[in-house]
Amino acid sequence: MKENIVIIGGGVAGLEAAARLIRLGYSPIIVEKQDHLGGHLAEWHCLFPDMTPASDITAHLVGEVSDANIFTSTEILFINHLKDSYNVMLSNGISIITKVILFTTGFRLFEASRKEEYGYGIYNQVITNRDLEHWFNTGEDARISSKPMEAVGFVHCVGSRDEKAGNAQCSKVCCITAVKQAIEMKKKFPEAMVYCFYMDLRMFGKKYEDFYISAQRDYGVRFIRGRVSEVSENIEGKVVVKAEDTLAGKPVRVTLDLLVLMAGMVCNPDSTKVASMISLQTDSDGFLKSKDNIMDITSSSRSGIFYAGACTGPKTVPETLAEARSAALDIHNFIESL
Amino acid sequence: MNFGFSITPSSTINLDKVDRTMFEHLHEIEPDVYKCMACGSCSSTCPAGRFSGMSVRKVILALQRGREKEAAGMLKGCMLCGKCSMVCPRGINTRHLILSICRIYNKEQQ
Ligand SMILES: Cc1cc2nc3c(=O)[nH]c(=O)nc-3n(C[C@H](O)[C@H](O)[C@H](O)COP(=O)(O)OP(=O)(O)OC[C@H]3O[C@@H](n4cnc5c(N)ncnc54)[C@H](O)[C@@H]3O)c2cc1C
Ligand code: SF4
Ligand code: SF4
Ligand code: SF4
Repeated sequence: MKENIVIIGGGVAGLEAAARLIRLGYSPIIVEKQDHLGGHLAEWHCLFPDMTPASDITAHLVGEVSDANIFTSTEILFINHLKDSYNVMLSNGISIITKVILFTTGFRLFEASRKEEYGYGIYNQVITNRDLEHWFNTGEDARISSKPMEAVGFVHCVGSRDEKAGNAQCSKVCCITAVKQAIEMKKKFPEAMVYCFYMDLRMFGKKYEDFYISAQRDYGVRFIRGRVSEVSENIEGKVVVKAEDTLAGKPVRVTLDLLVLMAGMVCNPDSTKVASMISLQTDSDGFLKSKDNIMDITSSSRSGIFYAGACTGPKTVPETLAEARSAALDIHNFIESL
Repeated sequence: MNFGFSITPSSTINLDKVDRTMFEHLHEIEPDVYKCMACGSCSSTCPAGRFSGMSVRKVILALQRGREKEAAGMLKGCMLCGKCSMVCPRGINTRHLILSICRIYNKEQQ
């Protein structure tokens, strides 16, 4: 089949959609900005709720697209709307005429240093969820000492559900990620006290509640209902966290060896930049706007332009995979109807 | 007869009997009061809270539950410094809210 299909972004969504389109007989072109495939998944260690190694999933997805045309370290310079097609100009000098473009540009992690009161980039003992995954994977982080830890804290909703940070939406995956990371820390440091500071716990997915119960019952992770208001450093080089324990109605303070900020998923500026080249709209949460948020998540308002994955909002890996498959089918039907 | 215990009045909050008039009046002037998600950032950051018991979170809850006296007691401790307004993740202008509460509920009591 001759019809060109351009997939922008080689993360979970882009890879899975490409694999499905290849099986349907197409030869999709994947354009990836980074020098490797896998998107955010390539950075994670184990996945909730079964602790599946993320590298296994990435390797599987990358293996499935070995027949695709892949351009890594490549960006979109511009897109022109022609009469019934699009002209996509790449940074490597190649231009592609296509009737179909699939956006799988994903999300960006909230820049935690913007919440100055949490001390990221100021205190060495404050890291993000991403930094912790990196440390699980490589064991390398100059900020984390090899000595056993006595107390570790997790701050939920960093840059999410926060109008001051400009993100009113919930990032959806960070509650369950905090539970996962808390369990992993308890496995490494069984003697340590591990606290999660939360406002609401969103255990919406299959087996998430079981995972949460296990964190409480089997690992003794302590959940404190209150939003952290301030973080400071004491003379011993530990961090002191202040919050209100809203269930007790009393202020709490606790001294920690390590504080992990659960930075949220926000819209990717790389995604909106390309979308604006063909005047695609963003939704009120800043993510790309689907044609319909119930019936037509994978379609845009423009003919031949499709979406899949976290570019339209926070999503888990299985949700992203399901959307990618659905978008592949939509694209197949669209091409058949041409 | 002495059973060794006494009966105290029920501490149940009876939502059927809560008079909502004043809170509705407050809501007209301060629509954002409904946005509070009880996160406790305001109380945690309040410089007066630890000594006076002042907590914006608890004041909002008390007023919603028809416990005006409790709220009034807490409000006495507020210095109107505005620190709470700076941290509220729901973007509520809590300092302005406190002033409106004082105005409305004082008027009603006269
Ligand atoms: C800390 C954390 C832990 C998580 N753990 C789990 C877990 O355990 N289990 C789970 O199910 N989910 C987890 N998730 C969610 C998971 O990361 C997402 O569901 C998944 O990454 C979404 O995939 P995606 O392909 O839509 O986006 P991404 O992974 O963001 O991939 C997008 C890709 O597109 C590329 N790109 C973007 N713009 C352009 C452009 N203009 N040109 C070219 N390329 C571009 C990017 O470089 C990137 O490679 C976690 C999320 C976070 C934040
Ligand atoms: S998933 Fe949990 S931690 Fe993440 S934004 Fe939503 S409530 Fe906050
Ligand atoms: S304005 Fe009042 S309630 Fe708010 S922080 Fe200051 S003293 Fe506390
Ligand atoms: S900081 Fe705002 S949302 Fe949080 S409890 Fe106080 S008033 Fe409510």
